Amino acid sequence: MAGGPRTIIDKLWDAHVITTREDGDCLLWVDRHFVHEGSHHGFGQLRQRGAPVARPDLTFGTADHYVATRKGAVLDADAARMVRQLTENCAAHGVTCFGEGDARQGIAHVVAPELGLTLPGLLIVCGDSHTSTHGALGAYAFGIGASEVAHVLMTQCIWQSRPRQLRMHIDGKLGAGIGAKDMALALIAKFGTGFAQGCAIEYSGSAVQGLSVEGRLTLCNLSIESGSRLGLVAPDEVTINYLRGRPFAPAGDDFERAAEDWLALASDRDAAFDQEISMNASEIAPVVTWGVSPEQAAPITSRVPDPATLTDATRADAWRDALDYMGLHAGQAIDTIKVDRVFIGSCTNSRIEDLRAAAAILKHRRSQVPGLVSPGSRQVKQQAEQEGLDRIFIAAGLEWGGPGCSMCVGMNGDIVPAGERCASTTNRNFKGRQGKGSRTHIMSPAMVAAAAVEGHLTDARKLMEGRAP
Amino acid sequence: MTPFTIVTAPACPLGLENVDTDQLIPARFMQTPRSQGYGGFLLHDLRRKDAGEMRKDFALNDARYAQAQIMIARTNFGCGSSREAAVYVLADAGYRCVLAPSFGDIFASNSVQNGVLPARVSAADIEILLSDPSVLAGAPITVDLAEQTVSVGNKSIAFQIRADWKQRLINGWDAVDMTRSYAKDIDAFVTKDRAERPWSQPRG
Repeated sequence: MAGGPRTIIDKLWDAHVITTREDGDCLLWVDRHFVHEGSHHGFGQLRQRGAPVARPDLTFGTADHYVATRKGAVLDADAARMVRQLTENCAAHGVTCFGEGDARQGIAHVVAPELGLTLPGLLIVCGDSHTSTHGALGAYAFGIGASEVAHVLMTQCIWQSRPRQLRMHIDGKLGAGIGAKDMALALIAKFGTGFAQGCAIEYSGSAVQGLSVEGRLTLCNLSIESGSRLGLVAPDEVTINYLRGRPFAPAGDDFERAAEDWLALASDRDAAFDQEISMNASEIAPVVTWGVSPEQAAPITSRVPDPATLTDATRADAWRDALDYMGLHAGQAIDTIKVDRVFIGSCTNSRIEDLRAAAAILKHRRSQVPGLVSPGSRQVKQQAEQEGLDRIFIAAGLEWGGPGCSMCVGMNGDIVPAGERCASTTNRNFKGRQGKGSRTHIMSPAMVAAAAVEGHLTDARKLMEGRAP
Repeated sequence: MTPFTIVTAPACPLGLENVDTDQLIPARFMQTPRSQGYGGFLLHDLRRKDAGEMRKDFALNDARYAQAQIMIARTNFGCGSSREAAVYVLADAGYRCVLAPSFGDIFASNSVQNGVLPARVSAADIEILLSDPSVLAGAPITVDLAEQTVSVGNKSIAFQIRADWKQRLINGWDAVDMTRSYAKDIDAFVTKDRAERPWSQPRG
C-alpha cells in the first residue's frame, strides 16, 4: 500500500506507529491522555510499581464524573474522596488538573476541544468510552480501560490492532429543527448497536460537513454506541476556524503551518475503506429512544414497536423485557409518553449550541416537570449566563446547575428516582443508567425542552415556529 | 497476570444479548477499593427483583452454576462504558472466560488485561451451547486457548481470538514490561515525530 491512496484513518494510524509486532499488534504513540476521578485504578497500579508518569506534559486531569452539579448539593464521603484523589494524584505526578473550582473545569470531552487540547492529527485516549467525541476535530480518539490508563501513564504508548475502516456517508440536508443528535440516533436505530463493531468510522458527506464543530462532537460522541472504536470527521475550514485562538492550540505562524498539515489529513480520493454505508439526511426525523439500548429508537412521529412483529425470538424477548422495564406498551403513540423530569447535559449535549437550542424552545414558557440543566464546562456556563440562557431555564422552572457528568451517569448522587421517566440529552438509556430503576428516553436538546413544555414526549418542530435557532 | 491455558469448569448459560457494562456493574459500586473484592456486584441489579430478592429464573442465581468459571452470552457482550470494573466483577466472582458471538471492544481489551478470555464463538454455536443438556445440567466444559476450542462431551466448537491477545493470555505477559522492551524504538519515534509534527505539543 506504500505510496497508494490512504484514508484519513490510515494517515493518522501510520503517523503514530512506533513498532509493529509479528502478530500484527502495533505500539502507538499517545499525544494526549485525559484522566478523571475514575482513573484512580490506573494511578493505583502506578503506585504499586513505584513508577512515575512518563509524560506529565501530555497528560491532563479534569474532574467530571463525581463532582457536584446542583446548587447546595453535598457529595457523600466516597464521592468527595474520588474528586480529592484526582487532584492529589495529578499534583503528585506534575499533571495539570482542572479540578473542582478551576475556571477550566468541566467534562473532559467538552473541556479539551474548547481549550484546543484536542487537535486534528492527534492520538487521544481517556479512560472513558465517549473519548470518540474528539474525532470531531480529526483526531484519532478512543476510550480505554483502567489497566490501559496505567500503561499510558507509565509509557505514553498503547498497543492496538489496526481497525477495520468504515465510511459512513451522509449526504443531503437535515430538515429544519433536526440536528446531529437525531443523525446519530437514526444511524444506530437503522443499523444497530453492533453494526460497527471493532471499526474506525469516518463520517463524510455534505450533511456531516454542514454540521458545526459542536454538532460533529455530538455525532462522534455517539460512535461508541454503534460498537465502533471511534468516529471522526476530516478537518476542514470549519475545524480550522474553530481552533484558531484556543489557548493550548498552536498560535501565529505555527498555527497556519499546522492548519496546512491538518487539511492534508483528509482521505485521498480513491482510498479504500473496508465498508461504506450511506444514508440521506432528508430521511432523518427527530428521534427518541423507547427502550433500554440506544438502537431501540424511533421517530417521534411513530408508535412503540411491537415485539410480536419480530421473527428473531431472542430479539423479541429483549424488546418485551425493554417495554416491561420502561412501562410502555406496543402500539402506543410515542408522543403520548408522559415524562416525570428532564435533564439537559452530558458529554453528548451540553455545549453552548445545545443550550441555545433548548432555550429557544423554553423562552417565555414553563416546564411542566422538574429538571436540571448542566452546562458542560465552566466556560460554557459563563457564556450561557452572558447570553441570558440561565435566566430562560430558571424562568421556565428548571434548575441551572454546574458542569460535570451529573445525571447522565448518576455517580455524583444526581439520579432519576426509581420508576421515574426522564427525557434526557444523554447517550445511554441502559437499565438503571441514571439511577436504579430509572427510565431514560434519549433525544436532542430541543426535543427535551419540548418534552418539558408539554409534559410528554413531543415533536419539537411544533414548538419552534418563529424561534431561533 | 495468571496465564490462561486450559480451563475446565461448569459454564453459566446467561444467554442475554447486549449485556452492557452498566448491567455488569452499576456505577454506584465503583467507588469501592478493589481490595474489597468486586464479585458480589456482578450483574447486581439484573439478578435481583425490585425489592432486592434474587430472581429464581436467572442463570447466575442457579445453584447448578455456582462453581462456573465460564460465561455463555449472546451478541455484543460488554458494550457501553469503558469501566474495567465490569471485568473485575467477573474475575472476582471466579470467571476466567466469556463465550459470545461478539464483544464490546474496550471490554474485550480490559478482559485480556485481567487474564479473562473473551472468546468469540459463532452465533450458531452459542445456540448449541445454550441448549446442550450437559451445559444446562452444570457439567464441566473445557476451554483450550492454544487449540482455540470449547469441548462439551464429545462436541468440539472452535472460537476466535486476536493473535496478540492469545499470546498475551497464554504467557501471562505484562503489557508494561513488554512495552519497556521497546524503549529504543520509542525514543527514536519521539525524535522523528518532533520534527514531523511540531504542532502536536500543547502550547503554554
